[in-house]
Parts: sequence; C-alpha cells; structure tokens
Amino acid sequence: MRILEGEGVTKYFGGLAAVSNVDFHIDQGEIVGLIGPNGAGKTTLFNLISAALVPKPGAIRFKGEKITGLKPYQICRLGVARTFQEVKVFGNMPVLENVLLGSLFGTSTGMSSADAAREATGLLEFVGLSAVRATPAKDLTLANQKRLEVARALATKPELLLLDELMAGLNPTETAEAMELVTRIRDKGITIVMIEHVMKAIMSVCDRIIVLHHGEKIAEGTPQEIATSRTVIEVYLGE
Amino acid sequence: MLVSILNIVISGLLMGGLYALIAMGLSLQYGVARVLNIAHGEFIMLGAFITWVLYSVFGINPLVSLAIVGPVIFIIGFILYRTLFTRLRISSASSAAFEGNSMLAAFGLLFIIQNIALAIWGGDMRGYSYLNFGVNFLGAVFAANRLLALAFAVVIGLAFYIFLARTRLGKAIRAAAQDPATAGLMGVNINLVLALCFGLGALMAGLAGLLISMCFPIYATMGLEYTIIALIVVVLGGLGSIPGSFIGGFILGLVGSIVSSWQPALAMAAYYVLFMLLLLVRPKGIMGK
Amino acid sequence: MNTIRDIFKRPLVPGLISLILLILLSTLPVYGSDYNVILLTAILMYVIITVSWAIFSGPTGYISLAPAAFFGVGIYTMAILGEPLPLLVVVVIGGLVSFILALIVGALTLRLRGVYFAIFTFGLVVLIKELLLFWEISITGTRGRFVVLESNTTIYYVMLGIFVALMLTAYFIRRSKFGLALQSIGESEEAAAHTGINVTLVKVITFAISAFFMGAAGAIIATRWTYVDPYVAFNPLFSFLPVLMAIFGGVGQLYGPVIGAVIFAYLEEILLTTFPYYYMLIFGIILVVVILYLPTGLVGLVQKLWKRSSGEQHANT
Repeated sequence: MRILEGEGVTKYFGGLAAVSNVDFHIDQGEIVGLIGPNGAGKTTLFNLISAALVPKPGAIRFKGEKITGLKPYQICRLGVARTFQEVKVFGNMPVLENVLLGSLFGTSTGMSSADAAREATGLLEFVGLSAVRATPAKDLTLANQKRLEVARALATKPELLLLDELMAGLNPTETAEAMELVTRIRDKGITIVMIEHVMKAIMSVCDRIIVLHHGEKIAEGTPQEIATSRTVIEVYLGE
Repeated sequence: MLVSILNIVISGLLMGGLYALIAMGLSLQYGVARVLNIAHGEFIMLGAFITWVLYSVFGINPLVSLAIVGPVIFIIGFILYRTLFTRLRISSASSAAFEGNSMLAAFGLLFIIQNIALAIWGGDMRGYSYLNFGVNFLGAVFAANRLLALAFAVVIGLAFYIFLARTRLGKAIRAAAQDPATAGLMGVNINLVLALCFGLGALMAGLAGLLISMCFPIYATMGLEYTIIALIVVVLGGLGSIPGSFIGGFILGLVGSIVSSWQPALAMAAYYVLFMLLLLVRPKGIMGK
Repeated sequence: MNTIRDIFKRPLVPGLISLILLILLSTLPVYGSDYNVILLTAILMYVIITVSWAIFSGPTGYISLAPAAFFGVGIYTMAILGEPLPLLVVVVIGGLVSFILALIVGALTLRLRGVYFAIFTFGLVVLIKELLLFWEISITGTRGRFVVLESNTTIYYVMLGIFVALMLTAYFIRRSKFGLALQSIGESEEAAAHTGINVTLVKVITFAISAFFMGAAGAIIATRWTYVDPYVAFNPLFSFLPVLMAIFGGVGQLYGPVIGAVIFAYLEEILLTTFPYYYMLIFGIILVVVILYLPTGLVGLVQKLWKRSSGEQHANT
C-alpha cells in the first residue's frame, strides 16, 4: 500500500524553487533513503510533508487522504512523525518528560498520565536511554539527544517516521548503533524515510533511494541502481 | 464636494508624509539593527521639544534647527546603540533572545526618556507659532507649516531612499540587513553599520518631531501614540521593508484623514481595524518577504 | 548550605510556608492598621498582575505588553456594573471580559511570530482608552465615572482571594500536562507542534487565563480609586511595572515574580508621593540594568550562587 504520496510538490522561497515539481511515493514497510547534495531540497521536502511549510503548488497524501493544509500537530496525530536536522529537544526538561509529551499529545486517542509514563519509560529502554531518564535533555551528548528525538517521535505512535540526518555528527560506533536502531524500528512495522549523507548507511539499510538535486527528483531506484547510475555519480562528483 | 475630497486627500498626504518618515526610521532600526524600538516616539518627542526650546528661548528658526536637532538626536541614538544594544547583542543567547531583550530594553528607555522630559518640562501642552498662515491650493486652504512639513518629509524620505540605493554606505546597510554574517566577511564593519542605522532611525524620528512641532502642540507624553502608528505602518509595509514603510505611511495617513473627516476620535480604532485585517489576511504586509 | 536546600526539597515544606503566610495574611485586618491593609492590598494587586503576566510570557517567551489593557477593562467593568450588581459577581465579570478580549487578541496574533503579538499588545491600551473616550464623549456624554464604595477590609479580602486563586491556578498549571506542553512551547515551539501539541490553542488559553486575573484585580481595585476615567484606568505604567517586577524577580520559578512584585510595589508606594517622575525614571533604569546584567533575575542569581556553593557540576552523560 502507498502510505505516502506526493504530486507535483513545489515550494518557492522568493524567486528560488527549493523543491520543484516532485512526484514521489513511499510504500508501507519500506525504508526509503532521500539523498542529494547540500541544498537539494531534502529537508524542505520533509518540512512540506510534516506541514512546517505548505507546498505551493502540489499535494501530499497520507494513506490516501490529502494532508496538505493541515497543521503539524494534526499530521503528527494522524501518524507521521519526524526528527530534525538541528536536534530540537526540550533542553531544560528531563529526558523522560521529553518522551512523555509525545505519549500524552501525539497519539490520535490520547492516554492517561499513568499509561503515558509507562509507554515513555518503555521507549527510553528501546532506544537505550533508561540510565539518563532524569537528566535535563540539554546535558546529553549529541548521539543521545538524537536518540531522544527518535524516542519522542516514536511516542506519538507513528506509522511513518521521517529521520533527518540521524547520523550526522556521529562517530563510527554511534553510527552503527543508529543503523541498528533504524532496523529495529522497521521491525516494529514503521515505515521510514531517511535523509542521509552517510552513504554506507543508506546503501546497506534502504530498500529504495530517491535522489534530489536543485529541488528536482533526478533518480529513483534500489541502492544498486543508484550506486551505478551515471546521473547520480555526475551530480555528486560535479559538485 | 470635490473640494472636500481634495481636502481629505491632501490632509491625508500631509499626515502620511510624517508617518512615512517616522515609520522609515523605525523600519531601519528593526529591519537592520533588529531592535524593535518601542521608544521611537520618545525620540520624536525629544526632537519636538528641542526645537521648541531653541525657538522660544533662543529664537532660532525651526528650519535652521533641522541642522541642530538632526545631528543631536543621531548622536544620542548612535551612542545608545554602541553602549546598550551592542552589549545586549553580545550577551543574548540567540537572535530571538536579542530581539526580545532589546525590545524590553527599549521599553525601559521609553520610561526613562519620557520621565526625564516630564521632570524638565512637566505634563502640560506647549507650542509655538510658525508659518501659521493659510495657503490656497486648488480651492482649499492649508496651513503653510503643514505643507512645508510634507515637503520636508518627502524630501528627507527620497533622499534617504537614494542614499540606500546609490551610495556605498547605503549598499553596505542593505547588505547588513540581508545577511549580517556575510556582510561582515566582505569587509563591512558590521558593528559600525548597525549603530549608524540605529542612529539614522533616531534622526528621522527627531526630524519628524521637529516638523510636528511646527504644526501641532507638543507634550511630554506625545510619543506613545506615534510609536504605535509607526509600528502599524511598519507591519503594513512589511517588516523589514523600508520602501514598504514609505508607502504604508501614506496609506495610513489617507485612512486616518478619511476617518477623521467623519469622527476624529476613531482614527486609532481605524488603524487597528486595518491592523487586524492584515493579521488575518496578509501578515507579511505589502512588501514583506 | 546543603542542609537548607534539603529542607526546602522536602515536599511539605513549601506548602507549610505558604499555609503560614496565608494565615498571616488572612488575619491582617485584625492585628494590622488600616494603612497596613491598604498597603498590602496594593502589593497583592501588583503581585497578581505580575504573576499573571509571568504565567504566559514566562514559559512561552511571547512578551505581552497588554497587562494595562486587561487591568483597565476590569476597572471599567466595575465602574459600569458596580452599582446594579453584587461585588463578587462584578469582579468575576471583569475577569471574564478581559478573558474574552484576550481570546480575541490571542486568536489574531498567536498564530504568527512573536513580534506581531508584541506590537499588537503594545498599542492595545491606547486603543481601548481612545475607544472609551469616544464612547464617553460622543455617546454617553459623561466623562469618567464614580465607582461604588467598599470598605478597605472588603477590598483586601477580595484581592487576597484573587491572589490565592491565581497562585493555585499557576501551581496546578505547572504540575499538569497542560503546563508541560506550555513549557515545551517555550523550549522549542516547532518541536512541540510536531509532537502533537496544538500550540496555538495552548498559547491562547494560557494568555486568556492570565488576562482573567488581571481583569479581576482591576475590578476590585477600582472600588478603592472611587473615580475612574479612561486616562486613569488605561495607564501604560501598568504594562511596564509587571514586566519590570517579573524580570527583576526572575521568570524561571513561580516565586520570582512574587518577590519582584513585593519589592517594587513597596518601593512604589513609598516613592510615589515623594518623587513622582523620578521614581519612574529610576524604575526604567533598573529595567535596563536588569536586562543587561541580570537577565535571569534575582531568583536566577540566587540559584546560580547556590549551585556554585554546593559544587554541583553537570557532566555530559
């Protein structure tokens, strides 16, 4: 089933098209990689999906229903969650509270404080942050803050998770741990789209890859196809 | 009928010219120096009072005072930025924090300046008479001083616009407004430019105060209303757009004139209705990005 | 030093202190002079306006410059309705009118960036003043109104009641899911929105709640002032003072604005008669100095000193 579809998605900033007439689809259960040189429009596309920005023109559908025009909190409750390129944790709050907010507000049905606390604690264990549950989020290492963002996103019970450069700034050990986390999330039945620059991660974990350049989709296919595509290689070498 | 329409339009332009001048100054301070200077009206008041003192105590012609008031208010603004706001920029954790802090500091300045004026001159209305005779223009009569004020407002506004568009310093200012970091890298002394902008903004307020003092009575608490009007004009024109403030000033002046011909006391209400419509329909204003 | 901290951390101690304070305040008219009662009424009024301001502007970072407008609305509600209706009813209505006004202002401006909110709230007090002036001059033909009289003790108890209601509200907001959401908006509004929080709704409701208490305080203090007109009721000073008091005290904790309000309310009462313009001048200077050198306020300073003396450090974990 197509869990996410985009049709002619476009966004102009002043006279410049950050995203230009992009058609895309994501199938349920996939891990899709979104790659491209800096400034290609990848984060902008995420922003358009999560309603941080509004496409003009273009339409985006989640599970067949049009979501363009909804507010971010509504899209979250429908089942789309995301992390941010510049990590946006709630710095002065303890780690547990960060995740708790997701459980309390991010689901379509809502839940009691006791259940939410239970869920949040379970999620901290899932991502490996149980030890620091009472630490203020701003005092965590970068890798842990990224884990926290993921836990918070998972607390909203998403069917689709958008990860924006999860592995940026991580050392090799942390990167491997992050990759392992991604597979575990997929095993839970959550569809994943990930923006990444770390090629090794993308190639090994993704089922499919979409390539953006100057706001346009220039290639799409399996990791094998993308790795050998002339267009893609030129784009990356030519930059 | 035609005469009264003309009356309204020209009255609107007269006020509009002043509003445009005041708003451009504020736009410069917010758009470039990123200070939402809610004490802007107090610089207007200072300009007005200094002119009045120079005229009533020393007999100096207000038009001559232009050359005094301008530099004095500029220097006050420049020093304020170099000391207070620059310090604030350094100590603020982010640009959003700086915007909040500088607005609060300006709030403090508002009360400081206003109360200095109240302490010196008291709360009564003052005024003087200058060029108060009527001028016949297309069948309607207007006070000469108001026409002069309009002429000066437009001239100063245009001169400033040309300054921004054509001179090296003007281009540096525009660069700093767009992207302070890059401008700094390209050799623009960013701290100097920001202080200059703030000083220039204050100067425009001071000159507007001078022009206002020629036509209307002045009082120590007069600044607040002009600040509010200037803020609405800046939103109307588009936050950060100086040409927008110029146009917006005239639009608001016309709106005020039309409403005042019916009910003068409802002018501010009319401005706020316009403000609310903007917020609902097009917050970024006429020329906002 | 550590033992004092530990005592304060024990759950019942702040509650006990508050209870003792409440008992002392409730019995003040019995043992205190008339002057004390009037002074405490004024101090409580400033505490209410300041804490109300801090409930919204503290966590969210949206700086409201409108307290004077909501306060004035409360005052005028009492001026208009004080005769026909019972006192407490009018106080609540005063709060409600401010509440509704804040809902409208919030709905208009809180969907947008903070600067629009600041600008709109800044001019609000002048707008309402001019509308009322127009109303009085053109429509009712009056200029100002006389407000129904109440005894100093009655006024004191009503103000105390509003204060207690406010502190309870503030406390429960902080401890609730709503308060957590409010705090997250201040930390990162975008992340909060993407975590499923309807940020606009939370902001508007909090803003309206804060306005309610300002309106109620205005309604009751009007009976003390006995004569009000638009100039008296809508004074920008009442937007300035709560900001000064809250920032001086420190917006991080609940008691910061309380301390700031008590200090400055007391100062104002003393200086008002002696140096009318000079004291406002000094207050303006203090605000600027505090923003420059003490942005976390008195409470922040005390917390910093406490942390340093107990040698705490935060290692990266």
